[in-house]
Amino acid sequence: MFVEEKSDIIDEIDKLIAKYGRNRSALLPVLHGIQKKYRYISDFAQQEIAKKLNIHPVEVYSVITFYSFLNKEPKGRNLVRICKSIVCDMKGKDAIVKALERELGIKMGETTKDKKITLEYLNCLGLCDKAPAMAINDRVYTNLTPEKAVELVNKIK
Amino acid sequence: MEGVKHNRFGPVIFSKYERGSAIERALAMSREDILFELKNSGLKGRGGAGFPTSTKWMLTAAAISDKKYLICNADEGEPGTFKDRVLLIEYPELVFDAMVVGGYTIGATEGIVYLRGEYEYLLDSLNDYLNGMRKDNLLGENILGKKGFNFDIRIFLGEGSYVCGEETALIESLEGHRGEARNRPPYPVNTGFMGKPTCVNNVETLATISHIIVKGSEWYKNFGTSKSKGTKLFSISGDCEKPGVYELEWGMKISDVLKLVGAKDTKAVQIGGASGVCLNSSQFDRTLAYEDVPTGGSIIIFNKKRSMLKVLKNFMEFFVEESCGQCTPCRIGNVKLLEAVKMIEENKLTFGYLKKLKELAETMKIASKCGLGQSSPNPFLSIIENFKEEIFNYAGGGEYAKE
Ligand SMILES: Cc1cc2nc3c(=O)[nH]c(=O)nc-3n(C[C@H](O)[C@H](O)[C@H](O)COP(=O)(O)O)c2cc1C
Ligand code: SF4
Ligand code: FES
Repeated sequence: MFVEEKSDIIDEIDKLIAKYGRNRSALLPVLHGIQKKYRYISDFAQQEIAKKLNIHPVEVYSVITFYSFLNKEPKGRNLVRICKSIVCDMKGKDAIVKALERELGIKMGETTKDKKITLEYLNCLGLCDKAPAMAINDRVYTNLTPEKAVELVNKIK
Repeated sequence: MEGVKHNRFGPVIFSKYERGSAIERALAMSREDILFELKNSGLKGRGGAGFPTSTKWMLTAAAISDKKYLICNADEGEPGTFKDRVLLIEYPELVFDAMVVGGYTIGATEGIVYLRGEYEYLLDSLNDYLNGMRKDNLLGENILGKKGFNFDIRIFLGEGSYVCGEETALIESLEGHRGEARNRPPYPVNTGFMGKPTCVNNVETLATISHIIVKGSEWYKNFGTSKSKGTKLFSISGDCEKPGVYELEWGMKISDVLKLVGAKDTKAVQIGGASGVCLNSSQFDRTLAYEDVPTGGSIIIFNKKRSMLKVLKNFMEFFVEESCGQCTPCRIGNVKLLEAVKMIEENKLTFGYLKKLKELAETMKIASKCGLGQSSPNPFLSIIENFKEEIFNYAGGGEYAKE
């Protein structure tokens, strides 16, 4: 990691701590902020956060691994997540997954070569009345068809 | 937030309500009177467990501490559940007003909304809404002129973990830990967030309280059955023409609900989300009520074309993924139950082994540390029992082998 990148991360962590407080219960909001900006929480970021919140880095690591929205490895710039829970499953999520895999040339869980898009599953989005549903970053889309899903993903810059 | 309101109709929750009116009314009452109204209403928690709300508030009110918390549980992770989303988007006044009323009643100064990460898209508008309340002194210091009553609300985002909806796991998560359920006792009402007395309430429980405070418990008791008072929000999805959120009085027959939402050729109804039970058509004359089929309000409808084994597999995969892994019955038990589903698919499951698995499921119900492992055997036991014929034909290429 370059020095510049490191100091950028440190600045971001300081900003988040100023907002959420220098204590353990600020950990999730701080991790959320870092995840949002950098799309993953690097080893370096983990160590800095641990140092500033006065906890062991292993603790930070163990929290990150518990929550499915936090990652230690970089992903694509955009996260496309398709609901795989029961209602979306019965309302045709498989066809949507196949269409997206075909269109992007990757499988679920993979990232496109240009690092633009990562495809993933997630559990019930609480939109079962409008299934099938998916999320692109933190926006949600409902009543999908394979065609509509592909169109939405093609719009991603 | 205005303008997103749909024309919803319902006798209690979706009845007319003016922002701030529950707060105004509560501040003119004594704490004892508020607790009495709640007790008299018979309201039970709508988050699934059905614990009497007045008892929870009373215990937190009675706890002696310099600081107390009121938490709104907006983690809504149960597959097939989306009523809390509708309340937060369309009726935030009901939820937040009741939090202020709760703060006043139990003596808390801070309210925290634990909002599931999947609902991050609601965050900005909810924060705007809270700012509006602050501007009008419905939050902040000396609320509506009541000297010494200070209360504010903040929103905390979850990070995609179902078990964090369990109240002690939720508190662990708020404190910056893995969302692993705690041993109880001690209960959160005594030792909750940061070791302080904490009351955790579901979004819908709170929304109901706002109406009870304004319109009175006697009015509320007009609705429902003698043992299940009032109304309930139902998240209805699956094979029907009109999926959505419905406010229904307790005591409605399942068959009537199916008619209401335009369900045809219904074979099965899953009540209470993935962790609930699955009923077959011989059970559709049962009623939705604490004394018959209790539920947190999710109803998923399956028509004749669906494979119930596939449904069960989807549920068990969910639990294997979402178990926090802390205790053995749940961590291993769910894996074993999922394996069994795969064995049925491959025509490898003997009835002798199935008998053992049923015992395992009973053990999980008793020995698991939290509600996840205690309830995850429900779909397994009810689907295997209620759809025996279909399932044990399946591997032989029965009628429903291909969806
Ligand atoms: C695995 C699990 C998940 C839960 N998820 C939720 C949830 O998303 N929302 C909720 O209000 N309660 C949930 N609960 C129930 C809570 O533990 C708690 O009983 C509830 O928030 C209390 O509020 P109430 O008394 O108003 O129902 C869950 C329980 C378990 C065991
Ligand atoms: S029952 Fe399951 S989710 Fe609950 S504490 Fe045990 S392992 Fe964790
Ligand atoms: S099952 Fe997909 S949103 Fe609920």
